[in-house]
Amino acid sequence: MNRTVIDLWVGLFVAMGIAAVMFLALKVGNLSGAQLVQPYVLTAKFDNIGGLKVRGPVKSAGVVVGRVADIQFDAQSYEAVVTLNIDSRYQFPKDTFAAIYTSGLLGEQYVGLDVGGDERMLKAGETISKTQAAVVLEKLVSQFMFNKAAEGQNK
Amino acid sequence: MADFSSPLRRLGHLTIEQLWRLGFATRFFFALLVYSGTAFRRFQLTLREVYFGGVLSLVIILVCGLFVGLILGMQGYEILQRFGSSEALGTMVALSLVRELGPVLAALLYASRAGTSITAEIGLMKATEQLKAMDMMAVNPIARVVAPRFWGGVLSMPVLAALFSAMGIFGGWLIGVVFIGVDDGAFWSQMQASVDFHYDILNGVIKSFVFGVAVALIAVFEGYDSHPTAEGVSRAITRTVVNSSLAILALDFVLTSFMLRGN
Repeated sequence: MNRTVIDLWVGLFVAMGIAAVMFLALKVGNLSGAQLVQPYVLTAKFDNIGGLKVRGPVKSAGVVVGRVADIQFDAQSYEAVVTLNIDSRYQFPKDTFAAIYTSGLLGEQYVGLDVGGDERMLKAGETISKTQAAVVLEKLVSQFMFNKAAEGQNK
Repeated sequence: MADFSSPLRRLGHLTIEQLWRLGFATRFFFALLVYSGTAFRRFQLTLREVYFGGVLSLVIILVCGLFVGLILGMQGYEILQRFGSSEALGTMVALSLVRELGPVLAALLYASRAGTSITAEIGLMKATEQLKAMDMMAVNPIARVVAPRFWGGVLSMPVLAALFSAMGIFGGWLIGVVFIGVDDGAFWSQMQASVDFHYDILNGVIKSFVFGVAVALIAVFEGYDSHPTAEGVSRAITRTVVNSSLAILALDFVLTSFMLRGN
């Protein structure tokens, strides 16, 4: 078999294609960024998770430290059980506070970890006991409306 | 010639004719798969088709991708800045290209740039009885002529779609960041936060592969099934463009409805 000029062009074509896919994967997609180093599992129970989704980020001080691995409904306590994969480079104290926040006005929802002052650290598989549910906009609005209505009656 | 003057008769004739063609196309597809061995054993044949169909389509794919990206950048910025979220331009350009416009437009361009030439080539080979001559020499024309062209198209299509998307994102970046002045970091980081490798990019690659099969199959079939006259070949080429455009858009709808799970 002899090499031909066509081989060179096809080789160039394939190389460009691979470069384009790599560009899409690394620069456009998030395959390179935020790869967790040997993640360990923590769970947290929330009254309401709002619009939190699997693969959503877990942030502490604004830095992504993990990802949401799984969301289940606990039929006994009627709470949402959220499983978090946390990067093993980061350890969190026992009294860490987990809350669900929204990034920006219309952004995605994420789990925020607010660190406490406990000496002991959370181990893999343990549950974060202190949580705060997602803020539901409708509840806030209706509370505000009821308060306003009550004010009006008192006058 | 039978009398097809009544509309009902014509309709029935047309329906049976189309069913006949559909059945023949299915049988043709299976024959093509069965005789595909040659296309891979003598890979030089397929490589030649990748060159003619893929490499020579590069210019039109890259230029069109760039322009689509530029347009998306301008239109996207115009819409997003109304909501004060022009930083999401990267997300909009990347998602619309990777998910939809890249595979679909690359396939449409490929059908009109390379699909037509495949149909014309095979149609003329049939009209000048080269296919029959091959058969006489105990060379299977499906294995020798049709299968390499089919696989050449199937292999080129994902590469062309990826290049189209990459070029389009570059075009969107050029307009958004360089000319309009959207923040460079926000452009890329918002894009990376919302484009998922498996969900968006791999699904785009799957789409372009399916489109490649559809376009290449239609092109080789219309050529093989054409009437062996000058008019027949010209009609076959028209049918290639019309049918592959319809097939691409219909398949895109079906694939998208499978792929979008709303999360």
